[in-house]
Amino acid sequence: MLARRTFIALALAAALPAALPVTSAYAQQPIKIGLVTALSGQSARAGEAITRGLQVAIDELNAKGGVLGGRKFELVRRDDEATPAKGVIAARELLFKEKVAVLFGGLDTPVSLAIVPIVNEAKMPFVGPWAAGTGITKNGAKENYVFRVSAVDEIVNKAMLAYAQKTFNSKNCGMILVNNPWGESNEKGLMAALGAKGLKPAGIEKFEGNDVDVVPQLTRLKSAGADCLFLVGNVGPSAQVVKSLDRMGWKPPVVSHWGPAGGRFTELAGPSAPMVHFVQTYSFFGKQTPVGEKVLKALMAKYPDIKGPGDVTPAVGVANAYDGMMLTALAIQNAGKLDGPAIREGYYRIGSHAGLIKNYDKPFSATNHDAVNENDYVWTQFIDHQILPVGMKK
Amino acid sequence: MLITSALISGLGLGSMYGLLALGFYITYSVSSTVNFAQGSSMMLGAVLAYTFAVTLGWPFLPAALLALALCAVYGMLVEIVAVRPFARRGSNAWLMATVALGIIADNVVLFTFGKEPRGFTMPWATGSFQLFGIGVSPLQLAIPALGLSLAGALHLFSRRTRLGKALLAVVQNADAARLMGINVPLAILLAYAASTMFAGAAGIMIAPLFNVHSDMGTLFGLKAFAVAILGGITSAWGVMIAGLLFGITEALITALLGSAYTQVLSFALVIVVLAFMPNGLFGRAEVKKV
Repeated sequence: MLARRTFIALALAAALPAALPVTSAYAQQPIKIGLVTALSGQSARAGEAITRGLQVAIDELNAKGGVLGGRKFELVRRDDEATPAKGVIAARELLFKEKVAVLFGGLDTPVSLAIVPIVNEAKMPFVGPWAAGTGITKNGAKENYVFRVSAVDEIVNKAMLAYAQKTFNSKNCGMILVNNPWGESNEKGLMAALGAKGLKPAGIEKFEGNDVDVVPQLTRLKSAGADCLFLVGNVGPSAQVVKSLDRMGWKPPVVSHWGPAGGRFTELAGPSAPMVHFVQTYSFFGKQTPVGEKVLKALMAKYPDIKGPGDVTPAVGVANAYDGMMLTALAIQNAGKLDGPAIREGYYRIGSHAGLIKNYDKPFSATNHDAVNENDYVWTQFIDHQILPVGMKK
Repeated sequence: MLITSALISGLGLGSMYGLLALGFYITYSVSSTVNFAQGSSMMLGAVLAYTFAVTLGWPFLPAALLALALCAVYGMLVEIVAVRPFARRGSNAWLMATVALGIIADNVVLFTFGKEPRGFTMPWATGSFQLFGIGVSPLQLAIPALGLSLAGALHLFSRRTRLGKALLAVVQNADAARLMGINVPLAILLAYAASTMFAGAAGIMIAPLFNVHSDMGTLFGLKAFAVAILGGITSAWGVMIAGLLFGITEALITALLGSAYTQVLSFALVIVVLAFMPNGLFGRAEVKKV
């Protein structure tokens, strides 16, 4: 009997060292970070910007040794083609097959809105680095797993109105909105912002993403006496609005959400592209913070096409994704394990953090899942294919 | 101003629908088949012209002509690969096969041309001038002019020329036409080449007003098919006029009622018209002798 026990003990002792590397190897397995965004089509450039922001943050975190005792991060991307159905399929694949710890979303509000119920049900954190639809984070779920490091429509809408009034002395603005859930979200936000000041819009017009001619809608707004336009649409549709304004020979101030930032706006919209002033959360132009200098240097080292701040386009995608990833690493470190509910609590326990967009101080709480607010916005315009703060260059 | 502006916008857009729909007319007239992915042919014209004129820096005219020639080759490919094998056996599977080939073309362009839409600005196509107090781009007038000229040329070709009459004979009785020495397969092949060239021309014309990307033709193709049916697919003039009517109706609904009603009302009107005139506005009922 003794010999048998000795044999078992010896066998276990022999097996233990073999088992140890397995445990150690598990500890070294990368933490997968998922990204579902448009990597093709009109918003491809935005998807690439988000990718770059995440990747630069991941490289920086990995160089520092990762989190949870040396586990490094790995980015896994899927193309949603700006289509909710494809986004849902991609999100399910990343969550349940690739087993990502945290999922990041992309540019399109309709896609993010379609993913929200899935992540809340699966109890998996979902971080929005771009899509600004108010309902993405304010989704009514009892346990909300959706966080955002980006602009929020209802806040942007207040900022758009304030900017139009202050900069252009506008009194009767009309809305020209893309006909999708993002446009609807902004219609509600702009109506609320106008209503809060006892104002009404000159008119509300919608256009399709593939519309060639927006002159009829714009003519209605002009006839209604609009003295400025609130524009909401991605880069292609926004360009069609500018081209239509050009044909009409009408040059009202155009105050836009950040859709034009998502691609080659100057090339698509033509010489009148600078007339559109749009909101951003960050600009790599001007004096940078130490974090800004570090990120720009890392981008230039990693991506040969980036020679300076003008090549980081759209900057908002890079900056939001970079900060989103850094805050996510803190949340995972706070959680101490790769468990959805624990990571969610981890976001709430983030204290202060010197980020790219700003110095964050308790960016998330149970009642606030948006880390960026109106104090963080920058107003910009396209000048010669570059997004510059308004007035920086004529 | 609202109405005048809508009429000018509608004329430009309607001509595009008409030009694409003429492609449906040509192949249907000769073979009773159509290329359902006509939108992809339109996209191909724009992408090829962009590649030659902008990427390679050629002058516009040779770039456009070569793009159209390649569109014609693509049209022949559609006929040989996606229509002929099925039509020969009396199968209607060409419906799906043409759609599938269009999807393949869209994706090949997506991977080769790139993911981002590109601006195709031609110096002669930029700027606008005032007409009845409305700003108008020269292209908005050039497109209807080209569309109506092509419809007229097609009408004259099919009624006044020997080849045109031969093509009409093919559709009336292919066997009899063959016995009369008409090369029926070649006639159908040429019809597809012409159809795709028309779509390519539409793509090249619309590109400076729009932008160039791999799925730019999808919605146009869909609307053009509605226009072809609305006009009565057997009449060149009918198809072109239906295109203009559809474009003007869309623009007028937008201008007078608001853009929220445009798609709903314009397509509802198509259904109402077809309910009362099943052969379209200008089509004739087919007589089948048994």
